[in-house]
Amino acid sequence: MSFLPLIISLLAMCAAGYWYGSKKALSSHSFAGQQNAGRPHLYGLYVVIWGVIPPAILLILWGVFSYSSIDVSGGIAGKIDKVVFPSLITVAAILGLTLAVRQISPNLRARKTVEAAVYCVLILASTLSVFTTIGIVLSLLIETIQFFEKVPYQEFFFSLNWSPQMALREDQVGSSGAFGAIPLFTGTLLITLIAMIVAVPLGLMSGIYMTEYASKNFRATVKPILEILAGIPTVVYGFFAALTVGVFFRDVGTFIGLDVVSESALAAGVVMGMMIIPFISSLSDDIIMAVPQSLRDASYGLGATKSETVINVIIPAALPGIVGAILLAVSRAIGETMIVVMAAGFAANLTANPLESVTTVTVQIVGLLVGDQEFDSAKTLAAFALALTLFAITLCLNVIALLVVRKYREKYD
Amino acid sequence: MTDIQNQTNKAGWPTNGANKILAKRHRTERNFRRLGLTAILIAMALLATLLVSIVGKGYSAFIQTTITLDINFEQEILDPKDTRSPETLKAASYGSVIRNALRTEFPEVKSRIELRRLFGLISKGAVQELRNAVLANPKLIGTTRAFELTASDDVDMFIKGYISRDVVEQDRRIKNNEIVWIDRLQNQNAIQTRFNTRFFTGGDSREPEVAGILGAMVGSLYTLFITFIISFPIGVMSAIYLEEFAPKNKLTDVIEVNINNLAAVPSIVFGLLGVALFLNVAHLPRSAPLVGGLTLALMTLPTIIIAARASIRAVPGSIRNAALGLGASKQQAVFHHVLPLSLPGILTGTIIGLSQALGETAPLLMIGMVAFIVDIPGGVTDPATVLPVQIFLWADSPERAFVEKTSGAIMVLLSFLVFMNAAAVLLRKKFEQRW
Amino acid sequence: MEPIISAKNVSVYYGKKQALKGVNLDIPENQITALIGPSGCGKSTFLRCLNRMNDTIEGCRVEGDIIVDGKDIYDPQIDEVYLRARVGMVFQKPNPFPKSIYDNVAYAPRIHGLARNKDELDNMVLASLEKAGLLAEVQDRLHEIGTSLSGGQQQRLCIARALAAQPDIILMDEPCSALDPIATAKVEELIEELRASYTIIIVTHSMQQAARISQQTAFFHLGEIVEVGKTEQVFTSPQDSRTQGYITGRFG
Repeated sequence: MSFLPLIISLLAMCAAGYWYGSKKALSSHSFAGQQNAGRPHLYGLYVVIWGVIPPAILLILWGVFSYSSIDVSGGIAGKIDKVVFPSLITVAAILGLTLAVRQISPNLRARKTVEAAVYCVLILASTLSVFTTIGIVLSLLIETIQFFEKVPYQEFFFSLNWSPQMALREDQVGSSGAFGAIPLFTGTLLITLIAMIVAVPLGLMSGIYMTEYASKNFRATVKPILEILAGIPTVVYGFFAALTVGVFFRDVGTFIGLDVVSESALAAGVVMGMMIIPFISSLSDDIIMAVPQSLRDASYGLGATKSETVINVIIPAALPGIVGAILLAVSRAIGETMIVVMAAGFAANLTANPLESVTTVTVQIVGLLVGDQEFDSAKTLAAFALALTLFAITLCLNVIALLVVRKYREKYD
Repeated sequence: MTDIQNQTNKAGWPTNGANKILAKRHRTERNFRRLGLTAILIAMALLATLLVSIVGKGYSAFIQTTITLDINFEQEILDPKDTRSPETLKAASYGSVIRNALRTEFPEVKSRIELRRLFGLISKGAVQELRNAVLANPKLIGTTRAFELTASDDVDMFIKGYISRDVVEQDRRIKNNEIVWIDRLQNQNAIQTRFNTRFFTGGDSREPEVAGILGAMVGSLYTLFITFIISFPIGVMSAIYLEEFAPKNKLTDVIEVNINNLAAVPSIVFGLLGVALFLNVAHLPRSAPLVGGLTLALMTLPTIIIAARASIRAVPGSIRNAALGLGASKQQAVFHHVLPLSLPGILTGTIIGLSQALGETAPLLMIGMVAFIVDIPGGVTDPATVLPVQIFLWADSPERAFVEKTSGAIMVLLSFLVFMNAAAVLLRKKFEQRW
Repeated sequence: MEPIISAKNVSVYYGKKQALKGVNLDIPENQITALIGPSGCGKSTFLRCLNRMNDTIEGCRVEGDIIVDGKDIYDPQIDEVYLRARVGMVFQKPNPFPKSIYDNVAYAPRIHGLARNKDELDNMVLASLEKAGLLAEVQDRLHEIGTSLSGGQQQRLCIARALAAQPDIILMDEPCSALDPIATAKVEELIEELRASYTIIIVTHSMQQAARISQQTAFFHLGEIVEVGKTEQVFTSPQDSRTQGYITGRFG
């Protein structure tokens, strides 16, 4: 592929253009005494811009061309692809550079052009995140629509049976597998619920203790330690859940005479909750901090103890923010992948028993897409449908949570 | 009215504990306080359990058992034609040399089944060790030397005490006769434990005793490199635009809300985006750090933008005004003054973003970085895996010895993360400015 | 007459910084004592010592004795929770809880367990609102949120809330500084009425306010009491040149 040498030669040309442009601006006698002309390096940059923009446009065209003409007759397209575009790009760069160098004169407002170009680049950069979102939505949506052409959405959203394995022969009856996602949703909910039962009380109480009781030194030491929990990669939690916690719960279950599978929802949920503790504690910490000191003073001034102040004044005042934080945490738990992939099961059980094994949306996405895959089969497309559902749910939770938290912040700002 | 007036506490001061209501309230207060402290202690205990369990399982991954055998580098086997050409030496059957050495050591072992067990004491990777030694020094051929060979994973586990002698034989990976051999070797001081350099210099392998993390580390490095060169400039530029130049309009609002939401999108969704965009549309190579890096860059971008914006916002307006007052253009004010001043904060945010990317697994599973790859990747388009995915793969392997390798790899990953976060904290401490 | 509060050689430190330097002050019962002085002079700090509100600030240390009703309130035997019920406090900015008007006033009786049943609690709330002169205005909307009231009403709600704890002494930290003149007048009127049943100590920025409502005035400067005496005396014939300078507006 002639791509990399091309880029390098373009860069070299631009560097030369920069050097030459700066030099010309510096040496030109007529520049002496000019006030608005700007510094020589601006002229260098000006030249570079002219050396970059035309080839960049051609590069984009090239990309579109080579993508769209894949199916067209290979010979000519290949030739255009390999020869015409690289040479066109080189020519464009040289033309742009020479023209720009010739333009350099005291009358040229190089700074304005350079700044306009920089401004455009800045805007482009900041719209990338929007394009990322559009990309996510489009890519998920296209595949999902294809999926629903093969599998009716009623089955996906309301049926209780999930077994995406295809039959071996095409003509076999029921060759499309079963795609009822309800067991996945309930499994996700069950694990999320367990995680929240662990994380919300622990996180909230830690947050309260940190803001209302802890001394400065205590905060300074303990807060970073708790934050380590948030920095541990999820794959590590997954390993911990599968090898330590899962086995521990199974052994405890055997000891007290309960039948606990080692891939129990309980183990995955507890470890996920553990991961979320610092998330809730630092969010609620911020939110409780934002409750104005005057309310605390009012309560203490009336002779309330700290706990009475927390329960009767601070928590009610901070409630919207806390709810927002919990929603964010829920969205995080729903989208968490590695812990459940490693510690929860793959079989879709419709159960509310935390001691049994359940599967989740993310586990199934991984299961359907990892390994050998053929595109356009209902099996792989199902992963995209699941992902779109996941994306939609977490997006809703996040939007609601951000709105609630923003409202709350406005109230006390 | 009057009766309320009469109720005021003119009666004097109750001493502590005398007043029942007060005593009860203070008890509640103490309990509540204890509850908070308990929550923190539980969280810390969970963290400690996790770390202890990882270190407890993983420290032995850095130790490797070796068996010293008298190896007879027979000319007949290794280089019958006496060419000493590298091709011959590479292709020679070092396995026979090892088997012969074992036969000599244990002449009483005769049956096929027993012999197979006997040969199983030495790792399959030992062949490679002999080959390298001979290639480095062809003069070895024809001599007999005591040579340290890597033991098989079962022997390794047995020596490290993970396989107990007390278990009944049929449930035990090391059988009785093997124990006899190992004991004999031990009595001859032929079994040693060494620091496991191969763990840090080798690629992945099906044999736990020779599996290493170098391939995954290099893969992680390439991936992070791509992530950095994409997400850092774009993130900084977005932040500059949004903080310094963006007009207050709908588009800006959309971008802002969008960035906040993107930061909370599950990472696996980014993986699917990577599949759809970089693999299916752009036809970039599967399993390559290039694709992984691009995917992670999109994921890290919001983190960097949010941190960079906060850092830029913290630079006081007076600095901008000073520059503008001297006749600098808005862009000059930003690029000459605001950006350099906010750079430490931006870098801190970037390091934190990258450390998240370093620990990320799920999106990389999606784009196929889960393949079993023995070679160390040589570039960003070579198939590769990364540390967290390596951990995931090893965690899935049934061999007992992979448990310690997994934990060992986790320890390495965690120490990288600690290092990065410590760097971020130091950077912040060093350049922290109170305006 | 025996003073109800007597501060002896009180010093306060915030970390290493000394905010009060050996202050002595006697406060007579059922009178209004005004604490005046330039900002940062320690008058609010002193006020916050009287119900141990300074305990809630990390790194704050109080030395010396403060005797309230015959007891040293910094004695470890003393319960600061009980103390604050007896020595109520009203703050600079109206700070009603984001709850209903009723719940705001009922807060103290509830936490202190003052009412035996719902009727008693109702009575207490109504009586406190009545005493704060707010009952007529809020009678029909007791269950609306407290922050929906106007600024002056909010401040009187805060006073009613403090009264419901059934204190003997009320501390007021610039209670009118966030209010408009009409609301200020109402609150001042209320403070004067309350004097009959309560001892009131008020920190104020406004010398006119101090002159209008107080019987005793103490002038603080740089963490010390420069002058204390009957209000007319302090304002008409100050003994100390710094007091003179402050009340004539030469600094402050």
